[in-house]
Amino acid sequence: MDARALRSEFPILDQEINGHPLVYLDNAATSQKPRSVIDAVKRYYEFDNSNVHRGVHTLGSRATDAYEGAREKVARFLNAASAREIIFNRGTTTGLNMVAGGYARQQLREGDEIVITQSEHHSNLIPWQQAAKATGATLKFIPLQEDGSLKLSDVEATITERTKIVSIAYVSNVMGTVHPVKEIAAIAHKNGAIMVVDGAQSSPHMKVDVRDLDVDFYAFSGHKMCGPTGIGALYGKTALLEKMEPIEFGGEMIDFVELYDSSWKEIPWKFEGGTPIIAGAVGLGAAIDFLESVGLDEIDRHGRELSRYAYGRLSEIEDISIYGPSGNRSGLVTFNLGDVHPHDVATVLDTEGIAIRAGHHCCQPLMRWLKVSATARASFYLYNTEEDVDRLVDALVKTKEFFQL
Amino acid sequence: MSQLDDLYRRVIMDHYKNPRNRGTMDDESVTVNLNNPTCGDRISLQLHIEDGVVKNARFTGEGCSISMSSASMMTDAVKGKSTDEALALAGKFSSLMKGEQVEFDEYEDIDALSGVGKFPARIKCATLAWNALRKGVEHEGQGKVEENVEQ
Repeated sequence: MDARALRSEFPILDQEINGHPLVYLDNAATSQKPRSVIDAVKRYYEFDNSNVHRGVHTLGSRATDAYEGAREKVARFLNAASAREIIFNRGTTTGLNMVAGGYARQQLREGDEIVITQSEHHSNLIPWQQAAKATGATLKFIPLQEDGSLKLSDVEATITERTKIVSIAYVSNVMGTVHPVKEIAAIAHKNGAIMVVDGAQSSPHMKVDVRDLDVDFYAFSGHKMCGPTGIGALYGKTALLEKMEPIEFGGEMIDFVELYDSSWKEIPWKFEGGTPIIAGAVGLGAAIDFLESVGLDEIDRHGRELSRYAYGRLSEIEDISIYGPSGNRSGLVTFNLGDVHPHDVATVLDTEGIAIRAGHHCCQPLMRWLKVSATARASFYLYNTEEDVDRLVDALVKTKEFFQL
Repeated sequence: MSQLDDLYRRVIMDHYKNPRNRGTMDDESVTVNLNNPTCGDRISLQLHIEDGVVKNARFTGEGCSISMSSASMMTDAVKGKSTDEALALAGKFSSLMKGEQVEFDEYEDIDALSGVGKFPARIKCATLAWNALRKGVEHEGQGKVEENVEQ
């Protein structure tokens, strides 16, 4: 994989910010889009745009084919057993809310347990808080090791026969930790619980095989993996999706409607009320094609190498604190520079043309666990290079000088 | 990095490193806890208001240099002012953030924050303390603690 060559596929990267060539290191928030994805969306609107599932005309069937074709691609991408197991939605947050609202709220009773970790981002915490409140279930947290990783013996100790749902991020968006999802799923199943995975930070970076991992639900977003914003998907095992209730009613999800009662279409369409994000699905399909043409294993390797390189180079800076494990981590590094507030760090870097994230990263409980109010985060993707990391390090050294640390 | 000098003037860094009026008081008439959920900055502002005059103002909180220095300057500026004068200052500060020509005369330190207007992403940092002031005056005498979230 040649990151420098891939860079030219992304038109947005070819610009100057504040007089410097752009270095985009905020990929965990959203990734940039390659020309092929932008073109696919443009082509759809220029030639095929129509509503799906109801048009009896040519454009209607083209749009339906494009939309359902994208569903097939997502199914192959995740190695789902069938495209019926793929629900299109707005993204990871919607996917997790669908499971918490349409499955957990129906299935859980008082005394049941939901198990998550303290490093979950808000989208994989609040839906479970709400489901627990509504059903009387208890929310339990697997303790974190000092470096933010999980120990399987702690997982075993936290999940019990009362546990009905385990929901964990495959990759932490703050610390880059890669969680042992396959092993955790096995423990969950041994106890009769289902395994839900927040795939927001894993799908962009690594090959995910939902059947090999044996997870029950897997939610991810398109925009973090070269696709458009506003589109994502939820994978669910057929039997569970059949048990799950829709959380949105109306439009395309209905089968038969009477004045006082109605029935739903079969899965997955019963979960897709209203006109879906058709161009988004087409764009996501193109993003999957793009990622697969580069190779997910290559992307994974590149992200980890860059992250290791960044960890090493950043460690050379005096007064820097880096959070999370030094080993098994995906493509991001989270840090603080002495007592300079991360917002100030981000502003200085921005004047050097470098985009990073600063703040609580939608992980307020984790910030409290780390005993900081905010951190700075540099997250990498397939178009980032060691030169980008060097530019980051140089700018951080300048930041230190500026704030006279 | 000359653009940065506009944002981080020496006087701002001085207020950040040596904040005025940082801490708490026992005789406050209102406490306002305000946070900015998008970035996690938070301020707890205490005002002692008597006969329509801000007798004392103190703050604690966590945030970037801009938010904390703004709080330091604001508390300095409003002490001894009538609540109307304090609100007028808050109004002037809003104008400053919109890039209007405003001078703070005897509180010239505040002029240093004029550069923030050129960094739209940072305006909320600078206005946090001033919004807490507005809420404090508004809720004066309505109990000690006002929990609020900045939108």
